[in-house]
This record gives sequence, structure tokens and C-alpha cells, in this order.
Amino acid sequence: MIELRDVAYTYGRGELFAGINLTLAPGSFHFLTGPSGAGKTTFLKLCYGELISTHGTVSLFGKDVRDMTRDDVALSRRRIGVVHQDCQFLDHLPVSENVALPLTASGRHAEIEPNLSDLLGWVGLSGQAAQRPPQLSGGERQRAALARAVITSPDVIIADEPTGNIDWEMSQRLLTLLVELNRMGKAVMVATHDLNLIRAAKAQVQARVLRLKDRQLQAAGADL
Amino acid sequence: MSGWLTSVIALVVGDREADRVVPPTGFTATLTVFTSAAMAFLAVFALALSLATDRLADRWAAELARTSTLRISAPAGQLGPQTEAALRLLETTPGVASARALTTEEQRDLLTPWFGAELPLETLPIPQLIEIVEEGDGYDPTGLRARLQAEVPGAVLDDHTRWREPLVEAASRLRGLGIVSLVLIGGATAAMITLAAQAALAANAQVIRVLRLVGAQDAYIARAFVRRFTLRAMAGAAIGMLAGLLGILLLPRADIAGGFLTGLGFRGTGWLLPLLIPPLAGVVAFFATRSAALRSLKEQS
Repeated sequence: MIELRDVAYTYGRGELFAGINLTLAPGSFHFLTGPSGAGKTTFLKLCYGELISTHGTVSLFGKDVRDMTRDDVALSRRRIGVVHQDCQFLDHLPVSENVALPLTASGRHAEIEPNLSDLLGWVGLSGQAAQRPPQLSGGERQRAALARAVITSPDVIIADEPTGNIDWEMSQRLLTLLVELNRMGKAVMVATHDLNLIRAAKAQVQARVLRLKDRQLQAAGADL
Repeated sequence: MSGWLTSVIALVVGDREADRVVPPTGFTATLTVFTSAAMAFLAVFALALSLATDRLADRWAAELARTSTLRISAPAGQLGPQTEAALRLLETTPGVASARALTTEEQRDLLTPWFGAELPLETLPIPQLIEIVEEGDGYDPTGLRARLQAEVPGAVLDDHTRWREPLVEAASRLRGLGIVSLVLIGGATAAMITLAAQAALAANAQVIRVLRLVGAQDAYIARAFVRRFTLRAMAGAAIGMLAGLLGILLLPRADIAGGFLTGLGFRGTGWLLPLLIPPLAGVVAFFATRSAALRSLKEQS
């Protein structure tokens, strides 16, 4: 679904990483770790077409990102649910409309009604549906972001430090949601510093752990 | 189907959810409504000016074309006989409906604005004026001048050509100015709405980021802004148009006060023309916002 071949990314001041090869297949679960500044967020942005690699090929669902128009990338995004660490929302809309936004933006209005209440219940936000995002706690925002990321039933879920601002209990709850989605056949990639979260996940699902270090993507499962 | 046509259809049909993705408030909303209202207000007056000058040009041309003046300058003893001779000659001239010598009072009235009311007209060698009203295709000025030269040597025929042409030209230029004003108003409206749309897009950068994140295509994002700005521009233009029409209605009536400026206004079906201003403002806003939105989205990508 998402394939990176010999990918490099160079900022103005130097090469962030190079020679990266990775395939996110259906049902796969990847963790991405590495020191701060190693390029985890940049790597994830390459995976969902937000950035274009300076070398190599990134393919989204069989199509080279370099050959895609902005609208093509937008169409691909509908198959990739993204959860950011800072969880950006439209603050003037209630949580329910924010969660339904991917369906609204893709003109799938008929799917909102049957999916929204179930999904809000699944992430434990039924009681917060009418609230505005600024009224939510950190954990509630993370769960709302996850609900928004999965409402279109995407093939891939990419989460960037989804547990960065929440307590351990809430992290476990989010992890459970991600594991459930993975068991439904979704490919999941999570960037995190939280080794305890990775250990907890490995107890539930066959997850591959990757580490961005010294400008290379390395397998890091043995370290955990 | 071309992109703009799809956008027009989406604009008419509307999408409640899509409309809500852009925050409803902001200074750009006020700016757009105010700009459109002000421009529509000015457009009403420019339109009225254009139509009034059109009517004025026609009236001046028609009035001056149907009348002429014969001026008789002669020594005191010959002025009366030459006037009578001229009137007799004019009575038999084809194309002349009537001819009459202006009375002393009428001639005094004509000179009063320049010399004051106390002018002793009897003591001054004032030429006698004869007003000629034409009929049908009018008279032959060359033939009439030849006959006058032979029979009334002190007569000078003024067929108003030298007055009529510059007046009609002036009216025509005023009408042109009105049209240029309308075009400039349209351009200024487009420029202001473009700036307001760009400001709104810049102010809503996070909204755009979120929409892109969830897979919204450029047309969808642009549509949310375009529909809002188009409707605001139309609403503002409707307010400005009504204010403009009210202003026109409150002007003194031409038949009471006379004069050019008081003749500014609409007649008959002309009152329907200002109704075109709000939809035209909508069209201008639609294309200005769409162009600005798509350009900004390209730059922000």
C-alpha cells in the first residue's frame, strides 16, 4: 500500500536520512522510534504524501507521489488516517463534526449518520460530541483525532506520538484501539518514544519496531 | 465539465456541512460586505449618470437640431424693415414650421445673466433675434443663407451646429465616463474581494491544513471560501444598491429644479437596471475569490 524505495530526504543544512526501504503491507504493525530530531515526523510525512523525498521513490497505493497532483494526494489521504501529536482540529466545530470531517470533505454525507455515534462510543467520546475541541482534555483530543483518522475506514493508520501528551492509562486505551484496528486488517505505523507502549503492544500484536538512527532506518526489535 | 462550471453549480446548490468548515466570523466578512455595499452604491450613481447623459445627449441633439436662430444686425432705421423682410422670407421657406422675432423682454432676459437686470436695451445696438422652428426634414441652410444674403444683408443664420456638436460630444463623453466608472468599480470590487479572500485564506491556514490532512481536494476547500465570499458580496451589493436607489429617489426632481445634476436618475424600465448590480457583484466575487483561493492553495502546498 505504501512503499519506500531508496528514499532520502535532505534539508537545507544536510541529509536527514538516506537509503530507506520499507513496505507497509495490509495488516502490518510498525513502530518508529529514534532520538529527537532524527526525522520521525518527516519520515511519516513522506509516508502520507505531505512531503516529497529528495531521492528515491515513495508510492502510495501503487502510484509514485512525484507523479501525483495535489488532488491525487488528497484522494490517497482518504485511505490513510493520520493522527498528529498536536491533534489539529477545526476549533469552531463540535467534536462530532470534526470527527466526521473526512466524510464531509469527501462528499460521503450518507455515511456520517450510521458511523458517527458508534465511533464516538468506541473511543469513549459520546458525551463530548457537542463540545468544541478546545474544551477537551489531551487524552480526549487524541481519541477524537483517532476517531477522525479511522472514520473513512482507511487502509493505513499513521500516528505521530499519539500518546505524547497523555497518561499511561489513556495510552493503553489508545493502543487498544490501534490494535483493534490492526486486527481488522489495517496497516498501522506509530512513531513514539514510549518504549513501554511498544512493549505493551508487542504483547498483543506482532509489531515490527524500526529505529531512525544515524540517517538510517534500522530494525530495533531485539533491543526491546 | 469544467472546474468553474462545477463550482457555479456547487455555489447555487450549496452544501451546509462544507459551508461550516470555514469559521463564520472575521474582519474579512465585514470588509467584503462593506466594500460590496460601497461599490454597489457608487455603481448605482455611475449607472444613473450614464443613463442621464444618454438621455441628455438625445435631448440636446433633438432640441438643438429642431431650432435655429437668425441674427439681424443693422443700423437703427433698418432693423425693423430687415426683420420683417426676414420673417416674410422664412414664411415661404420649405422646412420652416414657424419663425418669430424675440420680444425686447425676451432679449433682455437672455442678456440679464451677463449684464444685469437694469440694462437699458433701447440705447444699445442690440441685434434682433428670430427663432426658427423646423419641420419635416428641416430647411436647406445653404439655400436659405444665399436668399438671406440677397434680401436681408444684415442677417446671420445660426443653425446651432457649432453648439450642438460639442454639447452632444460632451454628453457622449460623460456617458463614456459613466461606463468607465462602472468598469473601474467592478475592477476595484474584484481587487478588494481578492485581497479579503487572500487574507481569509491566510488567517485560516490551520483550517486548510486540517482539511488537507483529512483528504479534502482543492476544489472543496476553495468552494467553502468562494461560496461564502460570493454570498457576502451579493448581500453587500444588495444593501449598497438599495441605499443608492434611495439616494437617487431623494434627489430633487428635474422638472422642479431643472438642470443636469437634478436630472440624474432612472426612467421607466431603467429602474430595473440597478437590480443587476448584486448578481454582477456575485459574479465578480465568485471569479475573484475562486482565482485567489486556488492560487493561495497552490502556494500553500
